[in-house]
Amino acid sequence: MKLRDQVWTIKAVVPTASMADIAFLLIIFFMLTTSFSPERTSVKLPESVVRAEVTEEASIIAVTADGQIMFTSGEEASEPLSGAEELGAIVQQIIELIPSKEFVIKADREAKYKDVDAVLDALRTNGAKRIGLLTRPEAASSSPSL
Amino acid sequence: MARRSRLRRSVEIPTASMADIAFLLIVFFMLTAVFTSTQGLRFQFPKDDPSQLNVQPEEAIHIKIASEGQFQVDRVAMTIDEMGSYVQSKMSQNPEKPVIIQTDPEVPYYVMIDVFDLLKQLEVKNVSIPTESEIARWRALGFLE
Repeated sequence: MKLRDQVWTIKAVVPTASMADIAFLLIIFFMLTTSFSPERTSVKLPESVVRAEVTEEASIIAVTADGQIMFTSGEEASEPLSGAEELGAIVQQIIELIPSKEFVIKADREAKYKDVDAVLDALRTNGAKRIGLLTRPEAASSSPSL
Repeated sequence: MARRSRLRRSVEIPTASMADIAFLLIVFFMLTAVFTSTQGLRFQFPKDDPSQLNVQPEEAIHIKIASEGQFQVDRVAMTIDEMGSYVQSKMSQNPEKPVIIQTDPEVPYYVMIDVFDLLKQLEVKNVSIPTESEIARWRALGFLE
């Protein structure tokens, strides 16, 4: 029959051509926003309203909730330290080379203050001057009513 | 002509696997991405300057953090809100007034940050966070009881 030959068969196709475009766009986003930080200890930071940028070239001292101290001078991955005494020795070496070096303390919000205090003491007694305390932005506006 | 009836092949670049590769890369970057905080509170340790050592400690506001939510400001128990208004009234009289934060060793770190943050919000210029060994030295010198 003549009619039969006239029927066109349309292939069912999912249009995937723009998929790659979207995906590459997302890749570019993640590539640009990823910063390969040498300090990757997972801590829950305390919150604060006032926040200033801490220097990027700072050494980072992480204090976990159970008091473990991790240290990185900013280049290589952070490594655990035995205690505040070891930190003190490292800080002294760094301060001799770069007297104005900034040290950033990345302590867990639930860490005991005495562990943070030991780190602060190691920094102070070994000549560190500039200190940063890493925080995250306050979730709700719980600023005191004044 | 017989030649004409040959099937026409359309020229195309195979892009079907492109999306697969791209999504694989996305997953990699998503998993490796750690959104680190680069902001926080800053302070400086005092310089070892002998001329600044004769500061009268009794002129400072002395905040003592005894436990979570228990604060003693100049030996008076206060809540954090009361402390804010107290410090603010003192600051309006003397903006250079130093504030000392003394934290109990067993208190969680975030309580000290809350107090420090409050003082920063009130634009207190001289915040001092003495360490345990400094406090012990001050005690020995008779500045603190």
